This record gives sequence, C-alpha cells and structure tokens, in this order.
Amino acid sequence: MVEAKKVEYWRWPETSWVNPGIDWRKGKFITGGVDVGSVSSQAVVMVDGQLYAYSNTRTGSDSPESAWKCMNMALEGSDLKVDNIDYCIGTGYGRVNVPMAQQTITEIACHARGANFMYGPEVRTVMDMGGQDCKAIRCDDRGKVLKFMMNDKCAAGTGRGMEVFADLIRVPVWEIGSRSFQIDKEPPMISSTCVVFAKTEVVGLLQEGKPENEIIAAYCAAMAHRITELLNRLGVEEKFAITGGIAKNIGVVKRLEKEIGFNTVEAVWYDPKMREKGLPFDTQIAGGIGAALFANAMLERGRVKSARKA
Amino acid sequence: MIVTGIDVGGKNVHAVITKNGTMLAKGEAPSGINKGEAAEKLYDEVLKQAGLKRQDVTRVVATGSSGSRVAFADGVIPDAAADARGVIQFIPSARTIIDVGGEEGRAMKISPEGKVLDFAINERCAAGTGTFVDTMARALEVPVEEMAKLSIKSTRSIPMNAQCAVFGESEVVSLIHQKTPKHDIARAVHDAIAGRIGSVARIVGLEDDIVMVGGVAKNTGFVESLKQALSAEVKVPKDPEYIGALGAAAAAVAGVLEEKVEAKVVEKKTIEEGKA
Repeated sequence: MVEAKKVEYWRWPETSWVNPGIDWRKGKFITGGVDVGSVSSQAVVMVDGQLYAYSNTRTGSDSPESAWKCMNMALEGSDLKVDNIDYCIGTGYGRVNVPMAQQTITEIACHARGANFMYGPEVRTVMDMGGQDCKAIRCDDRGKVLKFMMNDKCAAGTGRGMEVFADLIRVPVWEIGSRSFQIDKEPPMISSTCVVFAKTEVVGLLQEGKPENEIIAAYCAAMAHRITELLNRLGVEEKFAITGGIAKNIGVVKRLEKEIGFNTVEAVWYDPKMREKGLPFDTQIAGGIGAALFANAMLERGRVKSARKA
Repeated sequence: MIVTGIDVGGKNVHAVITKNGTMLAKGEAPSGINKGEAAEKLYDEVLKQAGLKRQDVTRVVATGSSGSRVAFADGVIPDAAADARGVIQFIPSARTIIDVGGEEGRAMKISPEGKVLDFAINERCAAGTGTFVDTMARALEVPVEEMAKLSIKSTRSIPMNAQCAVFGESEVVSLIHQKTPKHDIARAVHDAIAGRIGSVARIVGLEDDIVMVGGVAKNTGFVESLKQALSAEVKVPKDPEYIGALGAAAAAVAGVLEEKVEAKVVEKKTIEEGKA
C-alpha cells in the first residue's frame, strides 16, 4: 500500500551561506545579528561590517531554540564558533529570547539599517514584508528611521497570508510568483481583504473552474493592493526597496510596482561577479544584517566591550 | 395568511413558513457558491415539510447579504430591518440587537415599534464573526458545538493577543503547546470575539433590553463572554438563527416589500503610525 505523503505547500526552503572570500581570523570585529521573527528566523555574522555568513530558517515554538538553530546553521560551513563572536544583537518579534545576544534593537531600526547596506544609501523607502506583519519605513542615507507605518493586526498582506493561500491552492509558495504570470489576461483581484474570507472566495473560484494561475494572479494582485494602502499612507519616496519573504514573490512585487508607480531597487551589497556565479541572496536577512552592523558600529566607537569568549 | 421568510447569509440559508404568526416549517442549509440555487432548494424542502405548494404562499420576502439572489421573492429587506422585525415579535422590550452570524457581526438600536434607529456593522474581517469560532475550534480539534460546553467550564480568563483569525489560529496552537487547558482556550476565543462585537455595539449605544441573535447566539459560552464584555444582561430568543427569516416573514405579513436602513461600517484599524 502506498501511503500518501502530506505535501506542505507553504514550506519554503531554509538556506545558509558562508562567504568564501573572507578569512574571519584576520578580522578585527566579528559581530552577530539574530532576527527571530514570528514565522522565520535569520542569523547573520559579519566580519568588520562585511557579510560573512547567514542563514534563514523557520521559527519554531521556542524562541531561544529558534535562535540557536539559525545561528548554528549559519556557521555550519565555517570553523567560526559562536564563542568567537565579539558582540551579538537580537532583533525581531522574539528578540528578548536570543540567548547569544548581548543586546536587543527593534526590527524597524535593523531593517532600515540592513536595507541601507543591501540596497545602497539612496534607499529612502523600505517595505519590510514579514511573516505576521508589514512595515513601511522611511529612512535617511545612513539607514536611520525617520517615520514608519505598520500593520501587525491583520494577516492580509503578510507572508502568513501567502502561506495559507499556497496551502489552499496546493502550489509551492516559491512558485506562486512565476505562476501568477502564466495567464492570458490579468483577472480581477480577490475582493475579500480578510484572509479567511479570501479562502472562501478562492474555493468558490476553483469550483467554478477558473484556471489555477488566474486565481494565483488574482490573489497576488489583492496582496499588492493591500500593501499599496500602507505605502500610500506613509508616502513613497525613491529609491524603494522591499525586504522580507514576499520580496521573493515577483507576482506581488511586479504588481505592487505597477500600483505605486515606482520600481524596486536592485540589491547592491555583493559584487556583480559573485552574482553572476549565482551566489545566494536572501531578502529576509535585512534585519539580521542591520543588527550585526549596529553591533559593529558600537564596537568601533568603543560604546560596548567585546564579549568574545574564545 | 401563509407567508415565507428566507434569509440568505454568507454561510447559511434559513427559511420559515408561517401561518397567521405560527411557524409551520423551518429549514437551514449551507448557502454554498450558488446562493440563489441553495435558496430555491431549501424553499422546496420547507414547503414539502409544511405540506404546501408554492401557490399556497401569499408572499415571500427575502433578506440577508445575498437576499437579492432569491428569484422567487416578492420583496427583499435589509438584514438589520429583518432582525428588528423578528426580535420585536418575541421580545417587545428589546432596544439593542446584536447579531453575530457566520461572516458578519452587527449591532442595532431599535424603537419600541421595531424600527432600526442606528446600525453598525463589522464586515470584511473574520474577527468578530462565527467564522472565527469555527477556525479556532478546528485548531483546538474540537467540534464547534463543543466550544460552549468547554468555555463555560473555564474559571480563568486568558487574553488573546491576536485579533486576526489567521494569527489567532497560531496563537491557539501555541496555547495548546503551553499545555493551556482546552476550556480556558475556548473561553479566550469567545472573549476575543465578544470584545470585538462589544466595540461594534458601543457605536450604536447599549440600551436594555439587549438581545442577541444569529447562529453564534446558540453558543451559550459566547453569550456568557458577551455578557461580561458588555457588563450587561443579554437575552436570546428561541431559534436565534431563524430571527432574520422570521423578520422577513413578518414583513411579508405586513406587505412590506422593501425597506431602507443606513449602516455605519466599522473598519478595523489595522494600519498604525510608528514613532522612529
């Protein structure tokens, strides 16, 4: 008898990366940033403000455990140990439960700082599309937060909402973006804002026999529209960058760009040669990068002492 | 006079046939995708139950969010008007009505004659609706009918952080992981919706007697939570889920084929400005 395996369409792949071009032993300051979010957790390790290693994992039911899991995964391909880190900062929803961190900073500050590093100092608007919230942030050329708007009360427009949809339509979440363009004509968007009611609407469309990709397009458009509301409240100024998981979903990003009339800016933090080699780049690590950069700046200015154990 | 009242909601259709104010037959069915068709089918069922034919019925009045889909209706009235007409027949002292259905929660203030004076509604969001209870019952892995029994056993009130049904589901799961007893979680769920509906009710103002109707009114656990949230007594008529249909039937008797009611739509504030 063949047992049917339950496919979890929402389950996105966890990733990690170590920079082969950096010898951490030659670095002055090794800093860590651990972003424990409601849905995903990232650990970033930097050597003198350069990206050395990172990981992106799913948050478990226990925050300290999730923090350890992502930190250990980030350092998997390296001989650097957690004890070699000079200073570590925790951020995100679960930031008070990051055991290896000496300090915490809010994820808003970290995302703006991280986006400044990843997308360049010209970025003035950062849209962080997280698992259970979304935040539109205006910042200056140093990545300092000037103003922000957020929604953390409603799943519409969040990564969790997209996961719920992927599970319902039975399409892997990372395929949603490209599938949303395999259509003849852009359909009207899903009219329900509420994710729960949108589910009912989607079931109805499926029963009517609407093509799957059209329904995917309709959902991506609704999500883009929802986020536009938030951005319009804040006021968008170029350059505009998106961080977080939904930044990987071109179905939402392209439709969002069309609605607000601005294109998103491309990442700049790695050199183009590395990019040609297809080295990984993860939009979800902005918070972790920001945290690690704050740690580096604090050490450089002598504001904090190294907590290095080994 | 034999009349029919039919209430087509987002989730269920309810139909009643009355003769000189006495109920001859009643029926309930899921409204599904094709709401007009579901109404048609249910109408034939209740006619059969009453041993009647369509021509025996003098008038049919429809109501509910999809009341206009009822092809065989002579008239359509808004659900708030139907609620008011339905409640006033059974509880003449009613001045405030709270109706929590599958996909909507609303509150209205009514006159002693059963006219809607003020009306607020929570729509487009599952928080504060029957769907919220259904979703949480699924996360708790208990039949939704068990929720009331469980919640009444609880002696402890745990606040739920999540307002959103999707986030609420994850919160319920983490409460289970923390080994929180199921009855305390059930109560937390009811308290959360009651809080949400309470704020909708306060928009129209609370005046005794407060009457609760709609499918969720059958959930005694929820009614308890609502009483606490409002710090007031709440009455529930018999067959609270049929009140809309009964109100439509009352309108049919009175020969009212249309009515206008203005609603204040309560949009949940989801976007907040933060300080840098």
